[in-house]
Amino acid sequence: MAEKVLMKGNEAIAEAALMAGCRHYFGYPITPQTELTAYMAKRLPKMDGVFLQAESELAAINMVIGVSAAGKRVMTSSSSPGISLKGEGLSYLAGCDLPAFVVNVQRGGPGLGGIQPSQSDYFQATRGTHGDYRTIVLAPDSVQEMVSLTIKGFELADKYRMTAMLLADGTLGQMMEPVSLDADKIVTFEKPWAACGTGMKRPNNIINSLSLIPEELEQWNLTRFKRYDIVEENEVMYEEYMMEDAEICLVSFGITARVSKNAIAEARKMGIKAGMIRPITLWPFPKKPLLAATEKVKAFITVEMNMGQMVEDVELATRCRRPVLSCTRCGGVIPSPDDVMGAIRKACELGGDAK
Amino acid sequence: MAEKRITLFAGHYGSGKTNIAVNYALALKKQREYLMLADLDIVNPYYRAKDSARELEAQGIRVISSFFANSNVDLPALPQDIYAITDDRRYTCVLDVGGDDRGALALGRLVPAIREEGDYEMLLVVNRFRPLTRDAQSVREVVEEIETACRLPFTGIVNNSNLGIETTPEDVLGSLGYAREVSRLCGIPVKMTTIEENLLPALQGKVPDLFPMKLQKRPTE
Repeated sequence: MAEKVLMKGNEAIAEAALMAGCRHYFGYPITPQTELTAYMAKRLPKMDGVFLQAESELAAINMVIGVSAAGKRVMTSSSSPGISLKGEGLSYLAGCDLPAFVVNVQRGGPGLGGIQPSQSDYFQATRGTHGDYRTIVLAPDSVQEMVSLTIKGFELADKYRMTAMLLADGTLGQMMEPVSLDADKIVTFEKPWAACGTGMKRPNNIINSLSLIPEELEQWNLTRFKRYDIVEENEVMYEEYMMEDAEICLVSFGITARVSKNAIAEARKMGIKAGMIRPITLWPFPKKPLLAATEKVKAFITVEMNMGQMVEDVELATRCRRPVLSCTRCGGVIPSPDDVMGAIRKACELGGDAK
Repeated sequence: MAEKRITLFAGHYGSGKTNIAVNYALALKKQREYLMLADLDIVNPYYRAKDSARELEAQGIRVISSFFANSNVDLPALPQDIYAITDDRRYTCVLDVGGDDRGALALGRLVPAIREEGDYEMLLVVNRFRPLTRDAQSVREVVEEIETACRLPFTGIVNNSNLGIETTPEDVLGSLGYAREVSRLCGIPVKMTTIEENLLPALQGKVPDLFPMKLQKRPTE
């Protein structure tokens, strides 16, 4: 194992991307993800890579499209308002079936919002912009997991020819933790579809999201969704925490999952059997373990830094068989373990398990 | 502790400057009536000396910080009070400078007055567990970049090698050679080794000029 180093979340994402073989970064600085851009600016030129601070987010995402079409691993990163600007390009990437790795270190919104941490882009990340398409969304809860999910993100993007988005928040981006930079196996893929020169040996590869024939465009969508089915079947990631005997199930991702773990410890001291299902992939969403949990738990509580954007996904996954409450703070405020404890008590009453 | 009127902490981004500056100011207050901590960071909008303002002010330490620090606004502006650092010589001053050359740039406006007075210590904070300053050569590059940006030469090194909560006494002992190598290559003496206070029993007597600290946190954590 490599000797550990002390890194900020934003830096760790950048270093992990380099480990994954990414040598092309296009971005535009924005708080609270700027350290990622700054790290790439320092490191990439020394590795014969390309770091380019684009004139805008729009330009950056279109540069990503170009490099991805040429078959290279490429990424961009931003924070909430900047991701909105990249939205058009994300849809074009999907329409072209191009892999890309995109990072959103979320801040409070809507609009210009603020620079403090938030998870209010859950809808945007899991639903996307225009057109029928999906994005693989990875939600780390530690600096170490930011490393492993960045490496995994590049792999999944190439494997399924789609965008993998790392959805972090300002706290995770800025916090420093010891990390081990072991490259778990870096998995790469042949890209026979890439537009990187025919060498006069094959016909041109054409990469395009425009179709003039409705039936053809429909067929592209159907083919793409067959691939999405495989992703849903094979790539769901989640963590079950103290769920063996749980009667109250917290559902939380990212930094709020860590707050939730503290609250679960408090609840258990008081004799309340709380546990957590932590989605690591927000799409594909861990529907099966949530549905299975309805057999034993009395209520679910989503813990989020938004207005409860994940509630509907939990209700759908659990077929509304149990009440789904939410414990939320927003605008850049992190819920405290006390906030979560309050919600757990309320769930106990609702679920008929008041102690 | 400080013999000079102004002590500046500068260095690589994330090397621990803010935590050291706050702890240093708290320790120094026991010897000084007029003490000031100035937060000159215009780079990092999160994790600021201002997080510890309440504790510092309770000890009678004057805290100078951006009005916008820790707010929802990312404005790299410094308050006019920073001129008190050089104008009001009653005060012993501890300066928390922003990371890397980008952060040190903001110091430039104070440097002519600091140099003219000549009563300062410019300390380089290093951590060998930070990936971009793992060897002496990389530290030297950072030193050159910072000195070019702020036009003030370093006079000492603070070895703050740590792995956060996972730091062991062996990590600290193992970093002493690194600090010496940085010292040799940059021509700057090592002035102190900073550690989390829980490591003090294991390291006391084994490391010269040890400075134990309490980890400063954001009030919300």
